[in-house]
Amino acid sequence: MALQLTNRSKVVSNKEQSLSEKLYLPAIVKGMAITFSHLFKKAPTIKYPDEVRPMAPVYRGQHVLKRDENGAERCTSCGMCAVACPAEAITMESGERKKGEEHLYREEKYATKYEINMLRCIFCGLCEDACPKEAIFLTDRIVDTDYERGDFVYGKDKLVEKVDQRVDVSKRQTPEVLAFKKIPGLKHNELFDGKKLNKGKH
Amino acid sequence: MLTFVIYKSVLCVVIFAISLGVAAYSTWWERKFAAFLQDRKGPSRAGPFGLLQPLADGGKMFFKEEIIPNVSNKFLFILGPSLFLLTSMMTGVVIPWGKDVTIGADTFSLQITDINIGILYVLGVTSIGVYGIMIGGWASNNKYSLLGAIRASSQMISYEIAMGISIIALVITAGGTLSLRQIIDQQDAGWCNLVYQPLGFLIFLICAFAETNRAPFDLSECETELIGGYNTEYSAFKLGAFLFAEYINMFISSALMAGLYFGGYNFPFAHEFYNSLGLQEGSWLISLIGFGVYFFKTCIFISVFMWIRWTLPRFRYDQLMNLGWKVLIPLSLLNLVLTVVVEYFRGNIIL
Repeated sequence: MALQLTNRSKVVSNKEQSLSEKLYLPAIVKGMAITFSHLFKKAPTIKYPDEVRPMAPVYRGQHVLKRDENGAERCTSCGMCAVACPAEAITMESGERKKGEEHLYREEKYATKYEINMLRCIFCGLCEDACPKEAIFLTDRIVDTDYERGDFVYGKDKLVEKVDQRVDVSKRQTPEVLAFKKIPGLKHNELFDGKKLNKGKH
Repeated sequence: MLTFVIYKSVLCVVIFAISLGVAAYSTWWERKFAAFLQDRKGPSRAGPFGLLQPLADGGKMFFKEEIIPNVSNKFLFILGPSLFLLTSMMTGVVIPWGKDVTIGADTFSLQITDINIGILYVLGVTSIGVYGIMIGGWASNNKYSLLGAIRASSQMISYEIAMGISIIALVITAGGTLSLRQIIDQQDAGWCNLVYQPLGFLIFLICAFAETNRAPFDLSECETELIGGYNTEYSAFKLGAFLFAEYINMFISSALMAGLYFGGYNFPFAHEFYNSLGLQEGSWLISLIGFGVYFFKTCIFISVFMWIRWTLPRFRYDQLMNLGWKVLIPLSLLNLVLTVVVEYFRGNIIL
């Protein structure tokens, strides 16, 4: 017997059609019975704007740049996320904090420009893993559609969370994740351990 | 006289409105029913259950740009859809929607006109409707439109024969009358005509699908080979008129089937039911119930049209012609002969 993957294949035959086959009507009735039975089946449709499909709690959607509890931006423009990014979607420019801007930026260095190209991004979450300052997180928000390619390059205006509209990332920022990021064996943890950095390992 | 004029005008307007309304909501039900058959939801955004969808579609049709091709014959191009819509509206005239209403001394019929050649009139008017498609397809000056028009007209001509013969058999059973009202009324006492004419009904049903250019016989307007057939060059409201007329045709042929074979406004134990309600002959309530029953039957047939459409694939042109000429016409002749023999032995025909 020939190799058979499923048992749905039928041997072709050229035999004369029987009377009931020639009449077509039994076949038509059969077909109509099949369609009729579908009348009573539940549609698997999810009416999207009204209903939302259940999402994984750790869904990796649009990024957010977090602020700290005082409302200052956490990002120090170290560039670890851009290095970690396999799709090379992240670019940034750094700037120095001026006097009187302490409430805006957490540390002396900050990102004057921070852009993620949402068309390049593969939403792997490696930027989040790489971030030593707990500044970037992926959220359960879905990146909006747009008409122009250029509009998919999200700047700080879209990425940084608003002071009065904090984005909840507690689902992805669990104590386990924080503990994981402190494991000394990991390369990026070593890198930011002050002593080892001074040894000029990199 | 004045009462007569007013009553006839009101009846005309009401039946006109009902035809248009049913055609509009057939489009909604077509999409909804198709969705149910395919495990989908169907239109649901415009109004509750998408009930305002026909309005949205109609508005879209109305406000779209009207394009008349440069090389077309403009007069005929506009005449085509107009004729098609006109004839489809005209067929509704002879359908009796309910029993007569008696108010005071006057009797009001729920039929615009009871001409004694009722069915013949319907057949005649629908064949004029073919001219609408032919003229439209010809005037477009486009090979696809022309092919679609040729297909539509040859199909209608072929299937009209079988339909006509099956109606002759029905008329013999119904006691030799062509009046729709009399055919429906004679089903009041006994069985409905389906019992006497099962084969005739099947032939009529198949021919009705072909006559209305509905699936599986819609190859005159198939998108895949003919880019819409005779619809190709039409846009905006003229396209709307074509589509609308098709739905009105569907409504009328459903009403015909419900009337000719399924007793129209009659239903089993109707008299017992009316008596139990204490209704007198000629009461408006009887007419209303009868109209509701007839309308319900018609809606069922409209759904059958759609059910078939979303089940069966389209016929090939040669298959269509084979079915029409080699199967349906011999079958309808056989049905006619059988009917005559049976009626002779029942004593309804005296030679």
